[in-house]
Amino acid sequence: MAPLLEIDGLKVQFSLRDGLVRAVDGVSLAVDAGEVLGLVGESGSGKSVTGFAILGLVDPPGRIAAGAIRFRGEELVGRSEAELRGMRGRDIAMVFQDPMMTLNPVLRIDTQVVEAITAHERVSARAARARARDALVAVGIASPDERLSAYPHQLSGGMRQRVAIAIALLHRPALVIADEPTTALDVTIQSQIVAQMQALCAESGTALIWITHDLALISGFADRVAVMYAGRIVEQGPVGDVLGAPLHPYTRGLIGSLLGGGAPGAPLAQIPGLPPSPINLPPGCAFAPRCPRADGTCATAPDDTAHPGGRTVRCWHPHAALETVA
Amino acid sequence: MTVSFESVPTPVPARGSGLLRLWREFAESPVALAALAGVALLFALALAAPWIAPQNPYDLAQLSILDNKLPPGAQSIDGLTYWLGTDDQGRDLVSAILYGLRLSLLVAATATAIALAIGAVVGTIAAYFGGIVDAVIMRIVDIQLSFPAILIALILLAILGKGVDKVVIALISVQWAYYARTIRGSALVERRREYIEAARVLALSPARIMFRHLLPNAFPPLIVVATVQVAHAISLEATLSFLGVGVPITEPSLGLLIANGYGYMLSGLYWIAFYPGLALLAAILAINLVGDRLADIMNPRLKR
Amino acid sequence: MLAFLLRRISQGALVIAVMAVLVFLGVYALGNPIDILISPEADQAERAAAIARLGLDRPLWVQFGVFVSSALHGDLGTSFVHGVPAVELILSRMPATLELALVALVIAVGAGVPLGLLAGLAPRSPFGRTVMVGSIFGFSLPNFWLGLMLILAFAVNLHILPAGGRGETREVFGIAWSLGTLDGLRHLILPALTLAIYKGSLVVRLAHAGTREAMLQDFVRFARAKGLSPARIVGVHVLKTVLIPVVTVLGLELGSMIAFAVVTETVFAWPGMGKLLIESIYRLDRPVIVAYLMVIVVMFVLINLAVDLIYMALDPRVRLAERSGA
Repeated sequence: MAPLLEIDGLKVQFSLRDGLVRAVDGVSLAVDAGEVLGLVGESGSGKSVTGFAILGLVDPPGRIAAGAIRFRGEELVGRSEAELRGMRGRDIAMVFQDPMMTLNPVLRIDTQVVEAITAHERVSARAARARARDALVAVGIASPDERLSAYPHQLSGGMRQRVAIAIALLHRPALVIADEPTTALDVTIQSQIVAQMQALCAESGTALIWITHDLALISGFADRVAVMYAGRIVEQGPVGDVLGAPLHPYTRGLIGSLLGGGAPGAPLAQIPGLPPSPINLPPGCAFAPRCPRADGTCATAPDDTAHPGGRTVRCWHPHAALETVA
Repeated sequence: MTVSFESVPTPVPARGSGLLRLWREFAESPVALAALAGVALLFALALAAPWIAPQNPYDLAQLSILDNKLPPGAQSIDGLTYWLGTDDQGRDLVSAILYGLRLSLLVAATATAIALAIGAVVGTIAAYFGGIVDAVIMRIVDIQLSFPAILIALILLAILGKGVDKVVIALISVQWAYYARTIRGSALVERRREYIEAARVLALSPARIMFRHLLPNAFPPLIVVATVQVAHAISLEATLSFLGVGVPITEPSLGLLIANGYGYMLSGLYWIAFYPGLALLAAILAINLVGDRLADIMNPRLKR
Repeated sequence: MLAFLLRRISQGALVIAVMAVLVFLGVYALGNPIDILISPEADQAERAAAIARLGLDRPLWVQFGVFVSSALHGDLGTSFVHGVPAVELILSRMPATLELALVALVIAVGAGVPLGLLAGLAPRSPFGRTVMVGSIFGFSLPNFWLGLMLILAFAVNLHILPAGGRGETREVFGIAWSLGTLDGLRHLILPALTLAIYKGSLVVRLAHAGTREAMLQDFVRFARAKGLSPARIVGVHVLKTVLIPVVTVLGLELGSMIAFAVVTETVFAWPGMGKLLIESIYRLDRPVIVAYLMVIVVMFVLINLAVDLIYMALDPRVRLAERSGA
């Protein structure tokens, strides 16, 4: 069956005063209906921009320079703003990182939920408000009527995020893109939100792209994971395989640097160096300057190579699949 | 009309020394450069007025009452061309405007400079001592600022009477509070910096800390305020003179010229009110454009 | 909320009290109160009687007491020129000034906010640039000269509008307004326009800055992700955010307009308080000057109070902060 979403060689660039920023430099991935894909990477790796590009929310001075994004087989790149607007919130929805910033502080919650409903459907104000109330209940918000009449700053961070999730799921979209939705929340609330989203998406068959920098978090509930570095996907595959037996040296380094891996008192494993600036990407493999396995061949950029088990890697010297993490 | 949602503007990376960088950024706007050139020109003209004006319009011996209300381009008996016409006293409008500009700029600059000094000192004191001193000073500043400048000036001049010096006093009274508030804000930020701590630890006298260290570093935002205030002062002086409470009629003032021309306007002698106003507008506009550009480039700098 | 109101009222009362002291000192201590309060045309007997009645031969603090008690009874002296109580005179001219100031305010905000908003949405477009340069032009124009030029253009040259004065009025609630008649409107439009231009330019700049800032906020991007139309995003989300700083400034601006009406009324021979003030200054009708000052102070305090209430209604964060005693 054809995947729900296919991204093929996507390149997103920003023309700034100091140069051209290649935020996304050739990303290809696919998401099936109902699947949960984790998109993992450090800040600046281009993961959020990928999410925005899917919804056509990349604004000047940025633009989609190359590549294709196909949703249900139809090309999204180059569509008119009106067509994209019809899809946003209805077929594809997005949840952002900081709900304090994403909900308008001077408008009430019910205003902001109802307008999301009426943007795509003609319903009476009463019916819309009733639906809004049901949506809040579905995400586990107690006393929904009070919350509806409240302003964003009167709700806790976790509750605001629940509202954002409720808004995203209002029209039962086929795909939800969640851009670090729990990063700004307390750890205890984090797991609640994760569980909530997981349950809701499973129940309605919604596919989910979960963008995060937190590998440990994603390991708990994603089906597949894609690891991004410097605007490119360096490895992707089923989550258990990628995390259990990583092929790319960067993935391996990430997993190795997770706290709790080594014996007490032993120095923390780190990946030496810093990610490259997106204005000055080195030619060839972007990870080479920090890679323990780099050599002369790495001066040319590697392509995606397929590995058994539905995995791909972008590396000249991947680890062997059977090498588990020490 | 399509709505374009523009993205975050990029901050410009720092390059070059402070003043040079300031100039370079300023010069990126052709409008601002033209305005600066305009201001320089106006200042030059105003300063040189006694030498370049065809006549001294306030020297009664040079006036011929018979030449009054002549339209632009008319000639006098001695062959002097009244390029912009004459007013009802027979004054050559070109000369009157030059002298008027001179007075306007002089009054505005003097008042601004003194108000700046007073406001800077008061604001720095408030910021340095904090507590009750700050509270009292700022209360006074706030109350004054909540009153429209024109009213304060009118009442002061009603009490003090007419005269160039009285106008300067009125302008100073109106302006000082802006400077006090601005510098207090910026000094409060500076006060927390380490070099002030260091100075206090060194037991330098408060006066020295305030005026040798705190004030100079808190100063930059005042430049923008001062520029805009000069334009304001020019406008205010002209308005007060127009209303008849500003400078006495023996002094050249663009406001007085315009007031003069007001009555004749309805009979078609438009030039007496029109040209002085144009000169006034040019001066104010040029200074405001410069001030606006300065504000644009100085603000993001401050946020860094 | 109540605590807030009480606090503001007491602050206002303080300002009025301070003003009363200043005016008292200015008149009784600095100036010669005899000259100020007694008409120069009074003969010896009248003067002696007035001195006794006004208590000018009593100690200063007694005089202050007399001043305050008369003020509280609405008696601030009698106009030398008109022979009627000063307060009565001023109040009779107040509707004309209020009308002018209010119409000018409506024009300034009604035209300024949309222009600034639209310019802020497309700052680098020709429209945006023109509006911003125009706004600098607008607040550089000397108010009185602009008035003269408008008279020159429309009254002297084109003969379509009158050169000054107030037109016919119609009584509403016992007060004469010129808004009700066509002739009144014809007389009102030029002065109102002149008065509006300065503040209108400032409103344009404020709205422009506010819009640019609002567009960069995350809630705009989230609103787009919900699929909201640009009209809704700008008209509801951005507009409400932009209105808050505009309203903050408005209160001061109304007071400032009333004050600046002094100039406009003089140019257009508009029979308001401002023109009365100027005439009184010329004719040394000092009780009227004193009365004008006190009336203006009270007006300003009331206006500021009203603006605070409106601000609280618009910005929920302020409302709740006050309620929680922050």
